[in-house]
Amino acid sequence: MVHWTAEEKALIAGLWGKVNVEECGAEALARLLIVYPWTQRFFSDFGNLSSPTAIIGNPKVRAHGKKVLTSFGDAIKNLDNLKVTYSKLSELHCDKLHVDPENFRLLGDILIIVLAAHFTKDFTPACQATWQKLVGLVAHALARKYH
Amino acid sequence: MVLSASDKTNVKGVFGKIGGQADAYGAEALERMFTTYPQTKTYFPHFDLAKGSAQVKGHGKKVAAALVEAANHIDDIAGALSKLSDLHAQKLRVDPVNFKLLGQCFLVVVASHNPALLTPEVHASLDKFLCAVGTVLTAKYR
Repeated sequence: MVHWTAEEKALIAGLWGKVNVEECGAEALARLLIVYPWTQRFFSDFGNLSSPTAIIGNPKVRAHGKKVLTSFGDAIKNLDNLKVTYSKLSELHCDKLHVDPENFRLLGDILIIVLAAHFTKDFTPACQATWQKLVGLVAHALARKYH
Repeated sequence: MVLSASDKTNVKGVFGKIGGQADAYGAEALERMFTTYPQTKTYFPHFDLAKGSAQVKGHGKKVAAALVEAANHIDDIAGALSKLSDLHAQKLRVDPVNFKLLGQCFLVVVASHNPALLTPEVHASLDKFLCAVGTVLTAKYR
């Protein structure tokens, strides 16, 4: 059973309220594909991923990034019930998408860096710790139904 | 994993821009690592890890110096960090997983102080560089 302190909940809600989900999601996914190019293996139907510029400008990357981060928003609304929130998505990523759960951890770390760049000094160590905890739990919830 | 010519340029550029702030960045990376990944504190039972600790500042300076040294000898990181590699293998024996954690925190420090500097390309290069440093430091473990 995950425990969130009041301070952690405040740090999550406070930051999330200021996040542009579309921009942030697009950037996080683009950076994942650029920094860890082997993750492109899941997106062979996305068209041109041949360079950082191509990836950043790719409309499918932007759209999918937005989708992924919107789903993150669901986690934030259900911090005490991540397992249930991500149950179906976990099955999907295992059975249909065949995504190694390590990729969820990689995306989580990238998201942290995008948030750090966006919020600069407001992204305090306590903030980072809380958000790393969150991305770690989301990754764990997404891996939970794997078999 | 190989550092390309543009990776090397990017990394040198980052450390050139960071300049004298490297020491502070090292200390902040450690502070973030201890806060975010409390298990890393197990390697420092002899340290005062409270905020602003002089020991953490001092250690951050050492970490930064090693990164700067590696960046300045980026064509031969193994050579530049050979003694440090011996130290980690024989004496410190920090589990390899922890170098990734510190690397993540260093990236966060750079991102939060210099968002414009950390373009996706530079981010990729710096991440590769930090991985390479971790690999060198654990290369002689067994």
